Amino acid sequence: MDRKDWPLFEIFIRPKNGLSHKHVGSLHAADARMALDNARDVYTRRGEGVSIWAVPAAAIAASDPSDKASLFEPADDKVYRHPTFYDIPADVKNI
Amino acid sequence: MSTDLHREALFGFTLRLGDTSLVLGHRLSEWCGHAPELEEDIALTNVALDLVGHARMLLTYAGELEGKGRDEDRLAYRRDVFDYRNHLLAEQPNRDFGHTIVRQFLHDAWALELYERLCASTDATLAGIAAKAVKEVRYHVRHSGDWLVRLGDGTDASHAKVADALGRLWPYTGEMFERDEAEQALVAAGIVPDPAELKAAWAARVEAVLEEATLERPADGWMQKGGRRGEHSEHLGYLLAEMQFLPRAYPDATW
Repeated sequence: MDRKDWPLFEIFIRPKNGLSHKHVGSLHAADARMALDNARDVYTRRGEGVSIWAVPAAAIAASDPSDKASLFEPADDKVYRHPTFYDIPADVKNI
Repeated sequence: MSTDLHREALFGFTLRLGDTSLVLGHRLSEWCGHAPELEEDIALTNVALDLVGHARMLLTYAGELEGKGRDEDRLAYRRDVFDYRNHLLAEQPNRDFGHTIVRQFLHDAWALELYERLCASTDATLAGIAAKAVKEVRYHVRHSGDWLVRLGDGTDASHAKVADALGRLWPYTGEMFERDEAEQALVAAGIVPDPAELKAAWAARVEAVLEEATLERPADGWMQKGGRRGEHSEHLGYLLAEMQFLPRAYPDATW
């Protein structure tokens, strides 16, 4: 039998209004609508979300792990880039 | 509840709907670990759990209406084949995935139209159960309807399988719109919907999806019936034997 695997989708769920979508995992589906349905069944059974994004995994451009040193390490010794020198009001969440 | 007569008729109606949900939910649960794709395995068992949830609410209410102290477990696990009142459609074996989808879609389309109307029932408990169930059923019909379109409008093999299943299962759809005399009184009292109007809405919904699925609606010929009166196919006995084994072997076991 001619059997082809369905393409892979990466699934992002927004837990509640005001927060951003967060990657929760991946799944297989024949197309975008089925990916949303499958995501609903696989990842939102326990009230996890209010919105789903399904993105074809092939559409994601990823950085090369071997470039880690040149891409990320230069930032390690530049503490002044962190906003730790400001006082953040206690009432401000999610910053 | 206005009269004892209504109460008895409503017991019958609620029991039939509860039994149909329970038996179909059990049938779907048989796919657990066997569905063609992992994602679909979870989807089918989600629907199965939803249906068992509806059965729990309906059988609990049926037990209250009956007033003989039978709770949901008593009704589910201590009745034999001839006391079950589910539609024959629900007990039909899974066969292949396409057959399961056709059975599910024919049921889901009916259940959605039914629950939408039951939300406006003059019986507050039934309306409350329907309001809870209708949200889940709206997803069920989307799931089974989407699959029917994919399979019907898919390959030659998938089309042939669902077309065959549609022919096999169509004669079981007549039972969904039967109402006996007692239930006609419930229709008149605005407790349950009018079967003729329900059938028209169901047929319109089914025809729209069949057309998209490039499938032909079978003619309404001779219809199977009997499930609503406790006359079942041989399949239900095997299903109950498996479903009831534990509570029969270990009565009142808890976990």
